[in-house]
Amino acid sequence: MIELRNVCKEYQTRHGRRLVLDDVSLRLERGRNVGILGRNGAGKSTMIRLLSGAEKPTSGRIVRGMRVSWPLAFAGAFQGQLTGLDNLKFVARIYGVDWRPLVPFVEEFTELGEYFREPVSHYSMGMTTRLAFALSMAIEFDCFLIDEAMVVGDRRFHERCHIELFKKRRDRAFILVSHDANVIQRYCKSACVLHRGRLLHFPSVQAAYDFYESTPP
Amino acid sequence: MQTESLPTLPKGELAEVPPGPPLLSSLRTQLRVIGALLLREVITRFGRRNLGVLWLIFEPALFTLGVAVMWTAAGLNHGANVPIVAFAITGYSSVLLWRNAVSHCTYALKDNFNLLYHRNVQAIDVFAARILLEVTGATGSFLILSTLFTAIGWIAPPVDPLKVVGGWLMLAWFGGSLALLVGAACSFSELIKRLWTPIAYLLFPLSGAAYMVYWLPPAKRYLALILPMVHGVEMLRDGYFGTQVPAYYNVGYMAMINLSLTFFGLLLLRLAARHVEVE
Repeated sequence: MIELRNVCKEYQTRHGRRLVLDDVSLRLERGRNVGILGRNGAGKSTMIRLLSGAEKPTSGRIVRGMRVSWPLAFAGAFQGQLTGLDNLKFVARIYGVDWRPLVPFVEEFTELGEYFREPVSHYSMGMTTRLAFALSMAIEFDCFLIDEAMVVGDRRFHERCHIELFKKRRDRAFILVSHDANVIQRYCKSACVLHRGRLLHFPSVQAAYDFYESTPP
Repeated sequence: MQTESLPTLPKGELAEVPPGPPLLSSLRTQLRVIGALLLREVITRFGRRNLGVLWLIFEPALFTLGVAVMWTAAGLNHGANVPIVAFAITGYSSVLLWRNAVSHCTYALKDNFNLLYHRNVQAIDVFAARILLEVTGATGSFLILSTLFTAIGWIAPPVDPLKVVGGWLMLAWFGGSLALLVGAACSFSELIKRLWTPIAYLLFPLSGAAYMVYWLPPAKRYLALILPMVHGVEMLRDGYFGTQVPAYYNVGYMAMINLSLTFFGLLLLRLAARHVEVE
């Protein structure tokens, strides 16, 4: 399971301290999933950063009882001078996995061809995203963190992501954040809404959907 | 549908939790992460072309060589009985040892923030990798130059190699702990980053690299000995020259300073890791 216990997150701004997450609690068991809906600036990305451990909460606790991924398809940790293969090796080393058996999968999924052995700085946006997604899949996790806004690509890419993530890995837990209520409704079995810093829980996805659609920001 | 022909991942790719007590296994993870960061840093900084990773050693070696030549040409040996080449190599290598570690850590957190999205990567790992890399580079350069010059007979081998190692380790510890403190402080304030460059510049002539404490008037020696790195350089040279030249240093004093720097460095880094945020 992964659990947020009374988590608050404040940021220092020019106009003093701003409370982005206010007493947020959430618990997700192995194999379950939850969608978190929120408008622009509602704190979705902050939520992902806290869940992945990149940032620490100002107060409250985050307990991780399972292996939580880095944000799916997150390309920010790529180093431009490293090749796609270097980045695969790096990630594999970080997680203590042998990189060699992963090469065929990553090469085929990314369809990078020769570019796989070229510096990432030469990649197009789409190539970078495909590589980032493939690396997310190459390492085994119990729980995936997905920021819908990060997984951008064409239809074919989306279909393939869908198969890898929601079909082949349907036994895993995931937390999906999005501003799009339809996305949440399509993929998630439960849903919450981030509203004015609070995380509101609902008995059903439909209830969350209705609240989100009917509430002005 | 084409998507059905997608390759599948081989089985058994799961990162297995190593057996043993949790402390040991987290230590193992941490060492592995630092190793991965080291490799990444090396490729990023030196690339694969030309000499690649060898620049890690050649760059400081070239600096030291240049300084040794200049000092020799300028006849910078007030204390006539100090062999000038050995004096230059011991002096400039020690400066590089502590100064480069700090300089490369001022942007450590900022440069690597995105890596913290990986659960296993902690702020301390990023610092450890950079410090290790700089210490390795400076040590390699010092070893190569001193071996080379000893081989061609320009400098005599050290009188007490163990003392040389001791002085070197003390300087490396000093550099590493200062790098932690300054690097962590930099993530709180841009100002520290700006200030570090002039401070490092001003510390160079004071650091004992270009003088020996016994050259100073006896009444002023205590002033030089306030600076911890002076003790390290003096110890290093004591090991190199033996009784040939008098050396002034106090290992206990330097250790105390190093220990305090380490303590406050780790403390500040802990705070910095809590405070760090995407820009």
